[in-house]
Amino acid sequence: MSATLLPREQPVQLVDASGAAHPDPLFELPSKDRLLEGYRSLVIGRRINDQCNALVRQGRLAVYPSSHGQEACQVAAVMALAEQDWLFPTYRDSVAVISRGVPAADAMVLLRGDWHSGYDPKRYRVATQSTPLATQLLHAVGFAHAAKLRGETGDPDGTVVLAMCGDGATSEGDFHEAMNFAAVFHLPVVFFVQNNEFAISVPLSRQTAAASLAHKAIGYGMPGERVDGNDLPALVAVLDDAVTRARSGAGPTLIEAHTYRMQAHTNADDDTRYREHGDVQAWVERDPLTRMRAFLTAKKWLTAERESEIAAEAEAVAAELRTVMNEEREPDPEDLFRHVYAERTAQLTEQWDSLRDEIARGESTASAEGGAL
Amino acid sequence: MTLTQDAPAAAATAQTLTMAGALNLALADAMAADDGVIVFGEDVGALGGVFRVTDGLTARFGEDRCFDTPLAEAGIVGTAVGMAMNGMTPVVEMQFDAFAYPAFEQVVSHVAKMGNRTRGALRLPLVIRIPYGGGIGGVEHHCDSSEAYYVHTPGLTVVSPSTPQDAYSLLRAAIRFPDPVVFLEPKKLYWSKGIVDPGIAATIGEAAVVRAGTDLTLIAYGTSVPTALAAAEAAAAEGRSVQVVDVRTLTPFDDATVMAAVRSTGRAIVIAEAPGFASVASEIAARVSERCFAYLEAPVRRVTGFDVPFAPPKLERFYLPDVDRILDAIDSLYLEGE
Repeated sequence: MSATLLPREQPVQLVDASGAAHPDPLFELPSKDRLLEGYRSLVIGRRINDQCNALVRQGRLAVYPSSHGQEACQVAAVMALAEQDWLFPTYRDSVAVISRGVPAADAMVLLRGDWHSGYDPKRYRVATQSTPLATQLLHAVGFAHAAKLRGETGDPDGTVVLAMCGDGATSEGDFHEAMNFAAVFHLPVVFFVQNNEFAISVPLSRQTAAASLAHKAIGYGMPGERVDGNDLPALVAVLDDAVTRARSGAGPTLIEAHTYRMQAHTNADDDTRYREHGDVQAWVERDPLTRMRAFLTAKKWLTAERESEIAAEAEAVAAELRTVMNEEREPDPEDLFRHVYAERTAQLTEQWDSLRDEIARGESTASAEGGAL
Repeated sequence: MTLTQDAPAAAATAQTLTMAGALNLALADAMAADDGVIVFGEDVGALGGVFRVTDGLTARFGEDRCFDTPLAEAGIVGTAVGMAMNGMTPVVEMQFDAFAYPAFEQVVSHVAKMGNRTRGALRLPLVIRIPYGGGIGGVEHHCDSSEAYYVHTPGLTVVSPSTPQDAYSLLRAAIRFPDPVVFLEPKKLYWSKGIVDPGIAATIGEAAVVRAGTDLTLIAYGTSVPTALAAAEAAAAEGRSVQVVDVRTLTPFDDATVMAAVRSTGRAIVIAEAPGFASVASEIAARVSERCFAYLEAPVRRVTGFDVPFAPPKLERFYLPDVDRILDAIDSLYLEGE
């Protein structure tokens, strides 16, 4: 029994780094239509990463943790989910959030600094992105537990929750507690770890002495699986399988995707202090986007016409994001007090009154000074 | 705040209960009234909780409504966040004050912030019950007064009852509340008895004048309320008319009731078990000084725990604020006033 919970020695791969098919006895290649749709999302995702990096340089975003190189994970996580399912992302998963339907500009509200989150989680079935590590995994597990208690799981229309985290987060206590609760209560959760080899500067070797992160699953009594994190078809196949398991009532799965953070942690990071340029270059050859393009082109599934349509669509998404981000927006200071409690307390009313007066006095002083000139 | 509980079942009648019994009744009544109310934590199932507050709930409502979890406080609170996101009203138990600390990140970073983060789209109607404070001869890590950590965190509502009636009515109100509530149960008072009428509703955010008096005002909450009442009784024997205010809700603080009480007497002492430095007692004293300065006949005093880790059982009586220490503080107000 327990042996079946262990991951394979080598990550599941369906398309190799050159773009050639790499058939697997257990996992089928997803359909042509799904792969073309996935490729479209990959191109858009890469374009969003590029655009957001540019917006940081222009001072339009405070910070951007890029998923450049990890777009296949971002896209596959969303492709595996049904309408009724929920996604619990990390701060690096903006491309997944946008891929799930959240408008790019709304997804960037946190990083632009207008507010702490820019979308209604219930509308898109996407939890908020926030920066504490692994805490969202417990929210995902509790969400799935509520669904199970209400009898909304274990059938084809049942809810599945997909919870994302990185390799660094697997060292947090909340990762352990989330895995354990999900297994003990037999919940429909898929834990999807993007192992990009770095937690800011600290390499995977300092996070774990385990054979792989997926090997941790057996300790909780759930299956673990390893997958090539730059291979979109393999990711979709492995995630599909785990989602199907969860939906059928068979419990949680831990999936570790082997990928690589191609860029620094954020624009505020200097990755030359902790890794060699050559290390990064080695991963350029495994790029998920060029690999997919090579595979689809060789299959003659991706035509030049379709390629240019997708490129145009990605440009439109980027242009729309630029337009919204370049608008001058002044957040309303009263927002500081509006949502702390469902009903504003007497103390917060008092404090807003005080700030409002202060702002009004500042404005009248400014206009008086302006008049004197 | 005007949010109150629903009217209870007509059949409910007043009865004498311990505070633990009143809390148990409140949980049972809330679970009966709303299928979405679920109780979980450590030892809350078959055992009924180490203080028996959840006694009989699993038997009556089933394993899906009241259940034991793995022994992991961050897991308990973190999954409660997810459950509240998904339409449930979790009421979770932290076994002891100091055992709640592993959950602190979830409490501060998510429980308190989710409503604000999402501009009200995801409010979290959940209750975190925490037995707190000393006075029971408990060993280290079983007697902390941890209220300041929670009260200092915007987004949390923090309640602490001092009578079985308030324990019942405030817990019902907390479960009905749209925002997360940290419900601090003074464990020394778990076995104190009183009449509980389920028909009496309480409102979160309201302090109560629990003893009338004209000479000075004692402001207290939780375990310190009966101590303050005993001190007021003793002071009456010495000819002083002492008013006592039970704060009941620590945040949002009921400035109106507390300030009106202090203005009516001109003297105030704040009593709390927690270490006094940067404490709830300090905040109350500061607010009274700022808002009632012109009415004060003497400086605002605090009678609190010392700034030391909570005392071991055999030294507890030296640590805890008691009647004599409060009476000394009362006397000092008159000396300084003369």
